Amino acid sequence: MPTSVISVDRLGKRYGSTIAVDDVSLEVYQGEIFGLIGPNGAGKTTTMECVQGLRKPDRGVISVLSLDPQRDSSELRQRIGVQHQEAHLQKRIKVWEAVDLWSSLYRKTVDPEALLTRLGLESKRNAWFMTLSGGQKQRLFIALALIHQPEVVFLDELTTGLDPQARRAIWGLITDIRAQGTTVFLTTHLMEEAERLCDRVAIIEHGRMLEMGTPADLVQKHCPERRVVFTSEGPGLAERLKEVPAIQSIASDGSTHTLRGEGDDFVTDVISAIASVGIRVRGFRTEIPTLEDVFLKLTGHGIRD
Amino acid sequence: MLNGLWKLTWVEIKVFVREPMGVVGSLGIPVIMFVVLGRLFGPGVGSVSAAAAAAPPFNVAILAAIIIAIGAVLSLISIISIYREGGILKRLRATPLSPLTILGAHVVVKLLFTLLGMALLVLAGRRFFPGAMQVNLIKFAAALLLGTLSILSLGFVLASIVPTARFAQPLGAAVLYPMLAVSGLFFPLERLPPVVRIVAQAFPTTHAVSLMKGVWDGSGFAAHWGDVGALILIFAVCSAISAKVFRWE
Ligand SMILES: Nc1ncnc2c1ncn2[C@@H]1O[C@H](COP(=O)(O)OP(=O)(O)OP(=O)(O)O)[C@@H](O)[C@H]1O
Ligand SMILES: [Mg+2]
Repeated sequence: MPTSVISVDRLGKRYGSTIAVDDVSLEVYQGEIFGLIGPNGAGKTTTMECVQGLRKPDRGVISVLSLDPQRDSSELRQRIGVQHQEAHLQKRIKVWEAVDLWSSLYRKTVDPEALLTRLGLESKRNAWFMTLSGGQKQRLFIALALIHQPEVVFLDELTTGLDPQARRAIWGLITDIRAQGTTVFLTTHLMEEAERLCDRVAIIEHGRMLEMGTPADLVQKHCPERRVVFTSEGPGLAERLKEVPAIQSIASDGSTHTLRGEGDDFVTDVISAIASVGIRVRGFRTEIPTLEDVFLKLTGHGIRD
Repeated sequence: MLNGLWKLTWVEIKVFVREPMGVVGSLGIPVIMFVVLGRLFGPGVGSVSAAAAAAPPFNVAILAAIIIAIGAVLSLISIISIYREGGILKRLRATPLSPLTILGAHVVVKLLFTLLGMALLVLAGRRFFPGAMQVNLIKFAAALLLGTLSILSLGFVLASIVPTARFAQPLGAAVLYPMLAVSGLFFPLERLPPVVRIVAQAFPTTHAVSLMKGVWDGSGFAAHWGDVGALILIFAVCSAISAKVFRWE
């Protein structure tokens, strides 16, 4: 049984008449990368801030590293790292000054220079915060969240505003710190990011938890259908493939044929069936559902609208 | 904890000094005003300057000192609301820094710059009005710092209620300058309408001015324990209110 590092039980939080979080429960385990995904205003940031102890929940019980985020906030702050979605720094603070200030606040820290280099900020050491680009600011915030080798790191909108190269660098960094035992709790709008990075994800909307599980399990559960689309001129094709048990349906449009089925073996089965009937195939591609499809199905719309 | 306060204070000092108008506006302008008005009226009541014969209607040195203090408070209100709006307060709050340290660093910075302003004032006085600045500097500094601290605590209350950073300076000025007007610096309190006179007793500026005047004319702290007490009381009350109503975001 993995150790639970974050446990949220029936969390509720409202702002005036807006219900931001409604009855959310979740567990995050030691050394796991856990992602919270959901459309704008779903309650991701609010949930995270309640867990960090920055916001007082209306209802529910939260425990982080066996601490109560409200009561044991000072102990907790030593042990967690936080990257906020929308929070700046002093306009005229230099990059190294921010890193130096943060380093001085914790009992133990990593080598700040190495971290800056890793995040591609070494040439910006002496730059004022206000002169950094959006992505550079984001990278600095990530540096500040990681400077003290926290046991749990919270990353709200991990790679928003980063170019693809920086994004990949951050993904590498996150995977590395996890390998060192850090537990990661992140939110993201990028399904690709969630799918690649997260061991488990929770999908929330309107403050309610819709689903939780590994990306693969969620895809398997909600969008099990896989498709093979291929082009071939051979006559009587549909008839000849009908016998293959894995294929649930065949739709043909001229020379383009779409085969539907389920399960991990579906594609393999189709390939061997095609080979055994000896059809000449001109084009072949697979359509494997992703987390994005699950999200679309569960929320009824894309992440951005 | 103390290490954090020191580090943060040092960072805030550097950040403030890098602000183009920050230091010039908060220190330069009051000192220039002091020199110009001093030339017109003489630097202070009871000074031995020849210009004092022109019967200055108020003490220019004290005016400059209190303007420095008010400037520090306006700057504080504005910085706090900008930090709140930008989420800087929130970011700092997520660190092991205590809330008191995060705000206390700004108080220390403002007191330090007020002291620096006073030092410039004294140097300017020595240079332009030789012999006129015969005031006990330690006591004057103590009076100014206590007054500033008390006004700063009021500043925190204002910073708590100001809706956006844009309104910080105007709101602060709209509160503090009228307070200064009825502080007894420009005309004696006895000449104010009775209601205003009573209300003015609740303003930190009134007691700060009275205490500094006392130090200036040599009667010193001993004769002004009431003002000292009032400043401490206002500080305590405003701090308590701020602790209740202060918003971090
Ligand atoms: N400080 C606040 N005051 C009032 N309402 C708020 C506040 N913060 C958030 N809300 C509301 O609570 C709901 C949840 O907001 P939250 O920021 O948690 O969403 P989110 O999932 O993080 O969204 P996003 O993807 O846009 O970051 C929204 O309807 C938002 O308008
Ligand atoms: Mg958010």
